[in-house]
Amino acid sequence: MIQYTNQGNKDTRSGFGDGLTELGRTNPKVVALCADLIGSLKMQPFVDENPERFFQVGIAEANMMGIAAGLSISGFIPFTGTFANFSTGRVYDQIRQSIAYSGKNVKICASHAGVTLGEDGATHQILEDIGLMKMLPGMTVINPCDYNQTKAATLAIADYEGPVYLRFGRPSIANFTTPELGFEIGKGILLNPGNDVTLIATGHLVWEALKAAEMLETDGISAEVINIHTIKPLDETLIINSIQKTGAVVTAEEHNYLGGLGESIAGLLALKHPTPMEFVATQDCFGESGTPSQLMEKYGLNRNAIYQKAKVVIARK
Amino acid sequence: MSTITALEKTTTQVRRDILRMVHKVNSGHPGGSLGCAEFFVSLYFEVMDFQLPFAMEGKNEDLFFLSNGHISPVFYSVLARRGFFPVEELNTFRLINSRLQGHPTTHEGLPGVRVASGSLGQGLSVALGAASAKKINQDPKTVYVLMGDGELQEGQNWEAFMYAAAKGVDNIIATIDLNGKQIDGTTKEVLDIGDLEGKLKAFGWEILLLKEGNSIQAILQTLKIAKSKLRQSKPVAILMETEMGNGVDYMMHTHAWHGKAPNDEQLALALAQNEETLGDY
Repeated sequence: MIQYTNQGNKDTRSGFGDGLTELGRTNPKVVALCADLIGSLKMQPFVDENPERFFQVGIAEANMMGIAAGLSISGFIPFTGTFANFSTGRVYDQIRQSIAYSGKNVKICASHAGVTLGEDGATHQILEDIGLMKMLPGMTVINPCDYNQTKAATLAIADYEGPVYLRFGRPSIANFTTPELGFEIGKGILLNPGNDVTLIATGHLVWEALKAAEMLETDGISAEVINIHTIKPLDETLIINSIQKTGAVVTAEEHNYLGGLGESIAGLLALKHPTPMEFVATQDCFGESGTPSQLMEKYGLNRNAIYQKAKVVIARK
Repeated sequence: MSTITALEKTTTQVRRDILRMVHKVNSGHPGGSLGCAEFFVSLYFEVMDFQLPFAMEGKNEDLFFLSNGHISPVFYSVLARRGFFPVEELNTFRLINSRLQGHPTTHEGLPGVRVASGSLGQGLSVALGAASAKKINQDPKTVYVLMGDGELQEGQNWEAFMYAAAKGVDNIIATIDLNGKQIDGTTKEVLDIGDLEGKLKAFGWEILLLKEGNSIQAILQTLKIAKSKLRQSKPVAILMETEMGNGVDYMMHTHAWHGKAPNDEQLALALAQNEETLGDY
């Protein structure tokens, strides 16, 4: 199996913050808005270096989305920053009408997605945001897997014309992707070739999928591991090619199984290549308070869960 | 012919366009459209400085945003009459495959529209973003936005009112169409907005009262004063009292024509009250 080295645990939101800081220095069209969460989204260096291109809007996310749409009209590239919950459900109609339907080049950057937000509990832990955003026509949806990939994605979306939802998180997790893997919007990454089952993961679950593949390897099972960072548009070719080879798939994401990556892949397979499939995802429930690792364990979002689902799906072949 | 007489003649043609558009498809919102005809004509034929053909970016141009998008008939008529797109295209209002959607949108690329509106309460925020962009770009032009009074029941407006004053967005003129009516009745009956002037003053806005919102002379005068108040650290609002359905006697003094089209007979009656000055499309 291909070995990936954890270069040291880091939070994905810092990947966003560092990417934004770099954009502040290199792209004069980039402007940023924040709804009272500068520290949480690691936006302070951008604020300090580009005060004239930063907009503190206060706790008023609906207004923030409208202002971002307005800023984009003259050619600026607005990056909005708040928690995933307040970036999506709270402002869905503002995004729908003023940004998506209006075709505005706004980057909706959403931190603290999923249960790993932790102790604040379910009011702040959105598990429905991928579904909400992928249903909007023209919206690109990206959920990077570690610090390096989040930074790469932040840089990439500035060069892409159109509305984007960029989803990242709070906890420190393994930082393992390398520049050699590259980052291209809409292109999945084959992390490990295998023959018996395909593990397709996004966000915080990608490292866990690699670890699950190692566990399967000790059982003599060869797992192909794919990182899908762009949930929409989906890299259909990479997915279909893999599943034609392995004949079984497990998807893994920190999101409700309804509306998430797994659902997108299930739809693809139903149309093009029906295949036994299992979901590692939350089961249509809200989260709760706890530490990130306790929550990932309780809601079945870790390497053990992926390993077990892989056994189940292989038995269904 | 004086400027005002010419604008008044344009206005009667705009009224005809509005009435004929909504009649043809038996849908749309004539009441608020007619009430704002003088305001739109004043803005687009006299006050605003813009270039044609339309460019989305609008650099070094005055920009206009319509927040209460349901009064699209008056917006479309004035844009067409001002040369943004062919007047004949008004024939396609609300028809399938048209750029003239029920509510304005950029989606089909209609010249003159910079954001979709219709779901209420979003226009002021977008206008504030556009105004902020002008500040960064040191673009000296002005951003105009029109909002309905019923629309102020949406909370996002109050986020935007607070933001504009707190951040000193002083290159914007927000006009609020006070026609006092909405779908279910008067704004007082449905959800009383209360002392709007006092509220906006308390929010830190410069307020101008326009009692005769259907008088072109009064509109021009008020817009002139409003422009003189710009760039003094405060956003400027005009509280413009209009008569919904203005120019058609049976559509005035009622909310019945908010979202209802006239039948053949009613159309004839309405057109007889508004002279064809620029030629019907």
